[in-house]
Amino acid sequence: MSDLTVPLARWHLPTPGRIGLAIVAVWLVVAVLSPWLAPYAAGNVTAADVFAPMSRAFPLGTDYLGRDMLSRVLLGARITVGVSLAATALACFTGVTLALAAAVHGGWVDAVLSRVLDALISVPSLMFSLVIVASLGSSLGVLILTAAVIYTPGAYRTARALAVNINALDFVTVARARGEGTWFIMREEILPNMVLPVLTDFGLRFVYVVLLLSGLSFLGLGVQPPNADWGSLVRENLEGLFDGAPAVIVPAIAIATLTIGVNLLIDNLPTRRNGHAR
Amino acid sequence: MRADAAPMVSVKGLRVTVRGDGGNTVIVDGASFDIARGEVVALIGESGSGKTTIALSLLGYARPGCTIAAGSIHVGGTDVRALSASALASFRGRNVSYIAQSAAASFNPSQRVMAQVIESARVHGILSRADAEAKAMALLRALALPDPERVGQRFPHQVSGGQLQRLMAAMALITDPELVIMDEPTTALDVTTQIEVLRAFKSVVQQQHTTALYVSHDLAVVAQIADRIVVLRDGVIQEVGPTRCILGAPTHAYTQSLLAAADPAARATPVVVPDVADPPVLRVEGLIAGYGGINADGLPYLPVVRDLAFAIRAGAVLGVIGESGCGKSTLARVIAGLLPAARGTIALDGEVLPADAARRTREQLRRVQIVFQSADVALNPAHRVGRILARPLQFYHGLSGAAVSRRVRELLDMVRLPAALADRFPHELSGGQKQRVNLARALAADPRLILCDEVTSALDTVVGAAILELLAELRRELRLAYMFISHDLSTVRAICDEVMVLYAGQMVEYGNRNALLAAPRHPYTDLLIASVPELRPGWLDGLAPMRLAEAAGGVAAFSEAPCAFAPRCAMRLDAVCATEPPPIQTLAKGAAIRCHRTAQDLLVAQTDRDLTPHDRSHVEA
Amino acid sequence: MNATVLRLIITRLGLAALTLWIVSVLVFGATALLPGDVAEAVLGQAATPEAVAGLRAALHLDQPGWLRYLIWLGGLLHGDPGRSLVNHLPVAQLIGNRLPNSLLLAALTAAVSVPVALAIGITAAVRRGSLYDRVVNLLTVSLVSVPEFLVATLAVVIFAVNLHWLPALSSVSDISSPEALFRSFAMPVLSLSCVIVAQMARMSRAALIGTLDSSYVEMARLKGVRPARLVLRHALPNALGPIVNAVALSLSFLLGGVIIIETIFNYPGLAKLMVDAVATRDMPLVQACAMIFCAAYLLLTLLADIAAILSNPRLRHR
Repeated sequence: MSDLTVPLARWHLPTPGRIGLAIVAVWLVVAVLSPWLAPYAAGNVTAADVFAPMSRAFPLGTDYLGRDMLSRVLLGARITVGVSLAATALACFTGVTLALAAAVHGGWVDAVLSRVLDALISVPSLMFSLVIVASLGSSLGVLILTAAVIYTPGAYRTARALAVNINALDFVTVARARGEGTWFIMREEILPNMVLPVLTDFGLRFVYVVLLLSGLSFLGLGVQPPNADWGSLVRENLEGLFDGAPAVIVPAIAIATLTIGVNLLIDNLPTRRNGHAR
Repeated sequence: MRADAAPMVSVKGLRVTVRGDGGNTVIVDGASFDIARGEVVALIGESGSGKTTIALSLLGYARPGCTIAAGSIHVGGTDVRALSASALASFRGRNVSYIAQSAAASFNPSQRVMAQVIESARVHGILSRADAEAKAMALLRALALPDPERVGQRFPHQVSGGQLQRLMAAMALITDPELVIMDEPTTALDVTTQIEVLRAFKSVVQQQHTTALYVSHDLAVVAQIADRIVVLRDGVIQEVGPTRCILGAPTHAYTQSLLAAADPAARATPVVVPDVADPPVLRVEGLIAGYGGINADGLPYLPVVRDLAFAIRAGAVLGVIGESGCGKSTLARVIAGLLPAARGTIALDGEVLPADAARRTREQLRRVQIVFQSADVALNPAHRVGRILARPLQFYHGLSGAAVSRRVRELLDMVRLPAALADRFPHELSGGQKQRVNLARALAADPRLILCDEVTSALDTVVGAAILELLAELRRELRLAYMFISHDLSTVRAICDEVMVLYAGQMVEYGNRNALLAAPRHPYTDLLIASVPELRPGWLDGLAPMRLAEAAGGVAAFSEAPCAFAPRCAMRLDAVCATEPPPIQTLAKGAAIRCHRTAQDLLVAQTDRDLTPHDRSHVEA
Repeated sequence: MNATVLRLIITRLGLAALTLWIVSVLVFGATALLPGDVAEAVLGQAATPEAVAGLRAALHLDQPGWLRYLIWLGGLLHGDPGRSLVNHLPVAQLIGNRLPNSLLLAALTAAVSVPVALAIGITAAVRRGSLYDRVVNLLTVSLVSVPEFLVATLAVVIFAVNLHWLPALSSVSDISSPEALFRSFAMPVLSLSCVIVAQMARMSRAALIGTLDSSYVEMARLKGVRPARLVLRHALPNALGPIVNAVALSLSFLLGGVIIIETIFNYPGLAKLMVDAVATRDMPLVQACAMIFCAAYLLLTLLADIAAILSNPRLRHR
């Protein structure tokens, strides 16, 4: 376990990781600045030409109402990235907190939490979100909460496994023998050693959330008009599929670039190196 | 061995590099040595010296990331580096075979043992299956494996460590290779198991005149089996010579330091005779502890130690020695309160401590500190050294600000580390430095008693010897008491004043350090002392057969029997030892033993067996 | 099979049953205890006070929550999950019409993806570090990250719109000949398989690499055992457990993907039924479909667990 933390001073991100970081950075910037970046304003029906191919005026073509696809995608980034980030942050925060409590307390706390969260994992994600949406509707708040509830168990499992492993190490035993309290041990001894793997897990959950959200919107049960995330963009332009219009493919490719970018980034973060046998 | 015969193995200018973050690092540089036909050559070095790398290169193999960059390797006339991949596969296992350090990891867990033992003979097309199995059986008998007919049908996890090691030897010898490489084969075994495995290897090697390379870090073990010794350090060969020369009159400074470190008892500190009027720092009575919770009788479901009673005075060192399963590490945790005892009292400076650390006061916890074996995991990798040392100062003494930094510098100085180390992270330190920081952290609390749990076992012998010296100095300067837990007898003899010997959770002998070596001893203590290899060739051959039979018994885990050692004991009285708990006898030599036999019987049996002049010279008056 | 293994398997079965029960509580809780009035929402325009009261009584909405749950659970265990709120047909009948279609799609996908994925994963592990392996890695990482509807829409664009090889929509009734079967199912199965194959290939590659890196494989190599025998006799038997585990877990991804695929291709399966039910808030149908999906998921994870137990030689041979 001697490579729990990597000497960060000497480490640099390999090329695939840099590509991933660049992609993620671009989308984050777009998400924040999209109203100023989009060439056309939000609801602007500009041309009578629906499902137009790519051109100078409309770099990514037009949608089913004649609106500029590029603007639609840029504005959609706000919803997709924003909602997904919120849901992932909520899921990871809850998961990690519960995991620390379970790992350090052990006993019945651990047993109950693990049993309930295991049951939650046993529900297929898209299906469960359908069930919740059927009951509570599709407001942004409900979507964020739903995604958070669905992906908390995964974050919990990862964090708990980490915390339990670290808890077993001698330096935690030393702290316990000293008489340190539970909170101190969690905060000072265990948590700092979990940062990198938890960040990696955050990236993984983010990808799942993005896919879940866009899947829901694609089915018409996610983000509702007037808001539009990339999944709903694909849905509303579906008729253009048989005309070969770019309007359908472009938002889907946007999703793909975001998720692939995050995957590239987290795959290349420093982790426990699988060293050769000694 | 004809003097003009060409050497069986000839290595010249071997260079091995490993690919790292910053390019290629050289891990073996310019190694050259020969092995004559029928000779056993030992390759001695500490961890990281490159000995396994050299051994593997004789098979034309380099671990992932490593490359054999330069040099020539000839085995039995074959130029190993010139072989193609296919020729190499034919070469391995047939011309040269390898016995690895960990037998448990080297066997395929889902295949029966016999199939794996005969695999190389089948794969190289040397023997039919029936012939191979017959030959394997003969080898197993030659290696003194119990129950050879049936052991082949077992799976690896159903076979014990010592037996697996011998099965691996059979696996290596089945093709009658020209060269056998043994890579630390007994390092992972208990010392009493080690001698029978060593004996088995030696007899087979001698019978078949096998040429062998024996890789190890343990000079005493190697002295028993090798004709010549090659000393290796950081990938560079330091010295080569016949065994007796190297052991008796080493020329190179590094070899000399290795020899000195191998026998710490030679430079042992004088025994501190405690002032009887001093109240003991720690007194333990009637201790029973284990895992799995407490049953209706108030006893643990999985007991580990029982009926322990001992005392440690201020400034004295109690050694606790035993093999795997004796409960010594558990004892440290019980004293620290990490594992609450089921029964018994632990009194610190006369004050009875609650069994559970959670119920002890901060002041009580401060006075007993624990130092663990593996410094790698005993220091939080996310904290700098300064912060690690500062915490106990803040927690126990309420220091802050400049007082803390000053005290941290003092602590680092106490353990002979430069003050600049306070800004480093643990992974930037060497093993010895980390262990010193561990010690400094314990000292930061200003304790009365430090529990040292195998603190030198994970370190190289030279580094470990330095830590022992540091411990001895600190004891003198600060009047600290230690409970020193170890499986290594010579380490215990170097630093401890009193010694308690544990077997299967029970105390079998307890007394003054010098008394330990004097007869009469408890039969287990006797076996333990006799099993430790001495730094002279011929020690192994001189062991009495009865000794080997005892050693073959296998180390026991906790047992509820009145005397756990009785099944193995050569001195047992069948009528009494199996049914009645042996009494504790206080002997004139200054020790107490738990045995039915009278002191007179034991004395007679033990003195005429094997006290050599070597032992006598170490027993002080 | 010895007593230990049997005991472990029975424990897993028990845990699975317990989990299924907790899931039923969750599903019921999520759908039946919701804000707003179901009866009014369903009746919509026709929500006269008498109609609402009548519907509320019929749906047991005036009973306490736990009683409603027990009524529902009882019905479920007897094979009668109620009636659809939209068209008043028995839920069991509606499901019965659609379930075989989904099962057929799932079976075809599994039959196609498992051999392909294992072949890719195993060969990539054996040739680790080679160009082939790197390409495989890149492709699988990409496929695992992309949404299913991207794969499906791309497939439609390429194969149906541009190349005109296959029809875009599938008609289940047209399975008169193998050729017709192929033409109907090719696109949905292809789209569904892509992500599953990628997932399975990655996991089986990792499992095999894990065993190839072990000390006993190194020891066999040092005995002179050749690469083919190393993989077949030493590595694969020990990787079998993790690989079956990987297959079972990857197939559970089917349960999510099938929802998207059935929607895009208008395939009359169970998932499409459920999506429509959600859109119309047809609660009994939603609940029943959800339970079926969850049970299937639990079955797959149970199989994965049992494979892990059976493949461990320490447990099989005490």
